[in-house]
Amino acid sequence: MAENAVEEAVAGGAKLNVYPMKQFEVTPLFGEGPIHWYTPTNVTLWLGIAIVAIVLLMVLTTRKRAVVPGRGQSIAEVLYSFVRSMVVDITGEAGLKYFPYIMTLFLLILFTNVLSILPYSYTVMSQIAVTGALALAVFISVTVIGFVKNGPGFLKIFWISEAPMALRPVLAIVELISYFVRPVSHSIRLAGNMMAGHAVIKVFAGFAAVLAAYTPLGLGLLAPIGGIMAVIGLEMLVVVIQAYVFTILTCVYLNDALHPGH
Amino acid sequence: MASDTIAQGAAEEAKVGMPQLDFATFPNQIFWLVLALIVLYFIVAKVILPRIGGVLEERHAMISDYLAQASDFKKQAEEAEAEYETALKQARGEAQEIAAKTKAEIQKELDKAVAKADAEIAAKTAESEQAIAVIRESAAENVREVATATAGEVVMALMPSVSDDAAVKKAVTARMKG
Repeated sequence: MAENAVEEAVAGGAKLNVYPMKQFEVTPLFGEGPIHWYTPTNVTLWLGIAIVAIVLLMVLTTRKRAVVPGRGQSIAEVLYSFVRSMVVDITGEAGLKYFPYIMTLFLLILFTNVLSILPYSYTVMSQIAVTGALALAVFISVTVIGFVKNGPGFLKIFWISEAPMALRPVLAIVELISYFVRPVSHSIRLAGNMMAGHAVIKVFAGFAAVLAAYTPLGLGLLAPIGGIMAVIGLEMLVVVIQAYVFTILTCVYLNDALHPGH
Repeated sequence: MASDTIAQGAAEEAKVGMPQLDFATFPNQIFWLVLALIVLYFIVAKVILPRIGGVLEERHAMISDYLAQASDFKKQAEEAEAEYETALKQARGEAQEIAAKTKAEIQKELDKAVAKADAEIAAKTAESEQAIAVIRESAAENVREVATATAGEVVMALMPSVSDDAAVKKAVTARMKG
């Protein structure tokens, strides 16, 4: 009877103990209950931790303003120079006005992403609501900047003057659609990448429990754990690359607004 | 017990689905995101960027300063080297001059000393020769006296009647001259 129960539990575990999506739930930090717009949640917590980490790395390490930088200040300077040269390379000197916002975006995405690799942490950038809001903010501000800087001339980005005359109206429709799809791809690329990797880790973790129960001495769990380690290694790459991709695309869109001629 | 857990799990799984699409949480997430963005934007724009930008600029200025200083120092070093070489050449010439002068002086003193020694030797030689001459003179005198006395005695012994001191003396002197 007891054995039967154990077997049932194990079989149940094999099927039911894997909830790869449960980690993405938004839960209130204090108690249960409905989530109002102001309720502090795990999203709040990990956004806050990211900001604290940014302050630790970018503000505390640079407080001496050393001409010969220490390790922390070197990292802060590398991040600064990296984003600044990205802005200048893509948008030119005109884009430097928007450098603070692009730096803010990059730091927030990079730090929430890197922190999300920690066990028991929360993956803020796996939330469509979060990445969608970020992408929409970029989309709206880029469109506004485009019209403010160029007036109706901004519409030239849809009218490809290099193409043959007959093709231009068709291309204009394609360009228009692709312009409005930008925020969608911009946000889903980030959220999707973050979600997939973390879900895969959870799936492997579920396998580990099952294989431990079904193999002698539980040695079978070594294979999924090796898999988890490999995926975490890959994730370390992905989280940084996705922060970079989101930022560089923001620069590319901004460049369209600043220099609409193709 | 076990079936309870399973049922609960199944219920949770049904509830979970894709939590990202639970639109009820959207206002909450967007509110906190916007708040975080505003806070972070001010930290970035007011503290991080001015500070790191200032440090980088300062370093850049410092490096170009140092480079300018380094080229100055290099020029100075080259000048100093040229000066040093001139001084070295001059010192070498002076040293050779001093050596030649010293050599000449020593030679002069040496010559003087040799001449003085020669003169002293000559004086000593003359003195000695004089002394030898005096000695020789007195020796000849003694010989004459002894010869005169001896000859007088011999004449006295052989022929006492003709003893004449003056004659003997004369004869001896004549003989000695011969």
